[in-house]
Amino acid sequence: MTDQKNKTFKVLSPTAILGYGFPRESFARGMKEKPDLIAVDGGSADPGPHYLGSGKSFTNKEGVKRDLAIMIEAGLKARIPVVVGTSGGCGAKPHLKWCARIVREIATEHNFSFKMGLIPGDISPGTVKNALKDNRIFPLDHSVPLTEDAVDQSTHIVAQMGIEPFIKAHEQGCEVILAGRAYDPSAFAALAVMRGFDKGLALHMGKILECAAIAASPGSGSDCALGILEEDCFVLKPLSLERKFTKISVAAHSLYEKADPYHLHGPGGSLNLEHCSFTELEDGMVKVKGTLFEPSEKPTVKLEGASLAGFRTISIAGTRDPILIDIIDDVLDKVKKRVQSFFPDMDIENRLHLSVYGARGVMGSLEPEKTKGHELGLLIEALGDTQEKADTICSLFRSTLLHYGYEGRIATAGNLAFPFSPSDISAGEVYRFSIYHLMEISGDELFPLICENIIGGRNDID
Amino acid sequence: MTLIELASVIRSKNAGPYLLTMDILFKDKICFEKFRAAGLMSKEKAAELYGIDVADVQSVIFFEPADALKITINRPIVSGGHGDSDIYGAQQHIPLMNWEFELAEG
Repeated sequence: MTDQKNKTFKVLSPTAILGYGFPRESFARGMKEKPDLIAVDGGSADPGPHYLGSGKSFTNKEGVKRDLAIMIEAGLKARIPVVVGTSGGCGAKPHLKWCARIVREIATEHNFSFKMGLIPGDISPGTVKNALKDNRIFPLDHSVPLTEDAVDQSTHIVAQMGIEPFIKAHEQGCEVILAGRAYDPSAFAALAVMRGFDKGLALHMGKILECAAIAASPGSGSDCALGILEEDCFVLKPLSLERKFTKISVAAHSLYEKADPYHLHGPGGSLNLEHCSFTELEDGMVKVKGTLFEPSEKPTVKLEGASLAGFRTISIAGTRDPILIDIIDDVLDKVKKRVQSFFPDMDIENRLHLSVYGARGVMGSLEPEKTKGHELGLLIEALGDTQEKADTICSLFRSTLLHYGYEGRIATAGNLAFPFSPSDISAGEVYRFSIYHLMEISGDELFPLICENIIGGRNDID
Repeated sequence: MTLIELASVIRSKNAGPYLLTMDILFKDKICFEKFRAAGLMSKEKAAELYGIDVADVQSVIFFEPADALKITINRPIVSGGHGDSDIYGAQQHIPLMNWEFELAEG
């Protein structure tokens, strides 16, 4: 490792999530700054459990390909690595494979040759179960204690990797690195830490850059940003003339999607922002100082898993009748009970969910208002062990409600307005988060590196 | 008065699939300090506004660098779970926006 005193380390972050796009002008402006690294976040757990459970990406293939082609071309030309964290949206095996295939397509089409490093983020059920036996698994937030069954039922289990697996790939000279599930800042911070820069500052800069221009003002999820790491601070620089970083926009971003803005937990330790200062510089730049990395007593990784909850069928309908609207909750309850009487063995209460838009459709049990609109939208959602069972519950609830003779009814031809025929939509598999836990690691090699030489569009490993 | 008069941003979002976090970014340091000094926000108040148990309020934190207040609560339903109505948790800020309170002058 070389001493980096009086030197800087620049990271170009093209967009908030790979595939969301970015203006070529902003990217070119970023490349003119001679960055040391191009890094991008490839995913998030935010779109819900379906994508991790099913192995599909929530990002668009053509969008990802377009972004990556520009990044790889620029990276190869400038001889700097291109790194993707949480590839394919969730960073499990099928997601990483999907992203790697896109990279190979790009290489073939553009005749690029380079060394690619793949870092899977999957954790085997055996590893998790061993940790469970050793009491090395702890629930996060208010998730329930983990069980062996939950492990077995999970279709994919991933862990958020820290900077170490990325450093290994950099040491091996990988020019394009695709990682499975990663702690968001890792992809941005690893090379800087490897070159001797402060870990706390590098990770904090990564924490902001992973969202690219979202932390600027006006914020954007599809524009570039540059981070300039120095010995005792880092500077954020906008790459679009219409945007600037401000003290508030950067500080406010530290709050985003975090429970505690002063302590940001990650693999191996936490970022302490208690003594952090944010200073506005010229040209829309902001300087950040004082972030501290505090190693945790025992190294941990955050596990994520999803399992199949069943199959969903939905139906959408509206009502405009004030007599029904007035007693809607009572009517829905009675219709539910009637459907339950048709299927005494089925737990309808936990199989049927009704969202009443115009009353509490958006906030559910958190809704403080008791008022209702002059028309209500009703979303009927049935969950079954099979698609057929979900179809049955949805269908019977819908037909029973349509002709239910509630008290005081005047409109006797039908209680609901359906926008569609067919009225019911079989919506397929439903996944749920099954694992959201911390795992203490015990020297296991969790994140292997697979190197692949891509030559003129051909590759030596599939 | 309401928070709209003191804040430029009032928002909600998931903090992981199990938590919902609300951010209030005050217009300036003066608004921030005035509100904080009034001592109006607490775990109990957050629970009251959202109609939940105090035990389901994870934290109420004033964040000085951003002149902000952060309130984090347990999600009633895990993100994407059966019956969840807001996968990203992005539309759960209303009880804070509509909250009416008295702020002493000066």
